[in-house]
Amino acid sequence: MAEEIKVDDTVDITDVVCPVTFVKAKVALEELEDGQVLSIRMNDGEPVQNVPRSIKDEGHQILKLLDNQDGTYNLIVRKAGEE
Amino acid sequence: MADKIDYGTLKKGGFMRQKQKGYFSLRLGIVGGQVTAEQLAAVTDVANTFGHGYIHLTARQGIEIPFINIKDINAVKAALAKGGIAPGVCGPRVRTVTACQGSAVCPNACIDTTTIAQELNDRYFGKELPHKFKFGVTGCQNNCLKAEENDFGIKGGLEVVWEKDKCISCGVCEKACRTNAITMKNGEITIDYDKCNRCGRCAYACPADAYDTTEGYYVYFGGLFGNTVSRGIPVVPFIKDRETLFRVCDAALNYFRENALPGERFKFTLDRLGVDGLKEKVMEAYHG
Ligand code: SF4
Ligand code: SF4
Ligand code: SF4
Repeated sequence: MAEEIKVDDTVDITDVVCPVTFVKAKVALEELEDGQVLSIRMNDGEPVQNVPRSIKDEGHQILKLLDNQDGTYNLIVRKAGEE
Repeated sequence: MADKIDYGTLKKGGFMRQKQKGYFSLRLGIVGGQVTAEQLAAVTDVANTFGHGYIHLTARQGIEIPFINIKDINAVKAALAKGGIAPGVCGPRVRTVTACQGSAVCPNACIDTTTIAQELNDRYFGKELPHKFKFGVTGCQNNCLKAEENDFGIKGGLEVVWEKDKCISCGVCEKACRTNAITMKNGEITIDYDKCNRCGRCAYACPADAYDTTEGYYVYFGGLFGNTVSRGIPVVPFIKDRETLFRVCDAALNYFRENALPGERFKFTLDRLGVDGLKEKVMEAYHG
């Protein structure tokens, strides 16, 4: 299913900790055009428990969470425009 | 001006005797930790005019104004009344009802703690009992308000039911759940309700609103956190509506009033008599 989604950009937030995880993801999203898709690589544990929710609360569209089977996940997000 | 000082009455009115002769630390009546700016202005005024220009924040979301002279009591009460605030209580009765901010403000909240605290206060505040009795209301499993520290603690929860037709099988909820209650196989979600603590995280994280939610309440009995430290215990199952919650509150308070010895805290009544008597009463209330 994920193969069908075209990813426009990627960001890796496995090198930072909360709350910078979310900030780094947010900055990456801001650099995209509305409707473009970002893949965010994050660690298991707190990041994967919390970052998807934060991105959702910002109004972006979560498409899929992919388990990379190496203790990290890729969250696929479509950028929403400003209301 | 009173010639004879009735410390008992004074204490009931929230005037805590200080070590300095003739002075009181005046405790105010505050519900769920909410104080309006208008009330604060009156408090500031009283602290400046009658006290020493400062207040003390208590451990249970209260405000005390230290160094109130006994001769000023009526003037102080009048000044506070103008700002819509009154003295609180101490002694053997229902105390300040505490609450976290809950769903009015907090994105994690499962319940509206503020209105529940207000309703508890309206029903029970100051009610005479064998010993002090504390209510606390926390909005979710994060337990910022420490429900189990109270004689009667309430913790909000969300009962969640997965709605297959709305789900886009993204997998976010499986990871959002901290108790590993959720598994996704071939795009289908299964919830192990024995593991689920009704924290609501799955529903809040889901991008497709694929969880149907019902808010409700966990309650804990007989907690205290003073000379003795003891965690309130669950006796009834998760409560799914406010009427039942208040029936259970009524039943617990009645049980305490009828069964506790004078000066005995709820926990020690339960230790002395066992929990079965309380359980019978609150389960009756639970079933209506
Ligand atoms: S207990 Fe829950 S609802 Fe209350 S403030 Fe904490 S996180 Fe928010
Ligand atoms: S309510 Fe909380 S514990 Fe229950 S399944 Fe959802 S995330 Fe897990
Ligand atoms: S988060 Fe929502 S949409 Fe995603 S798998 Fe869970 S229920 Fe389905």
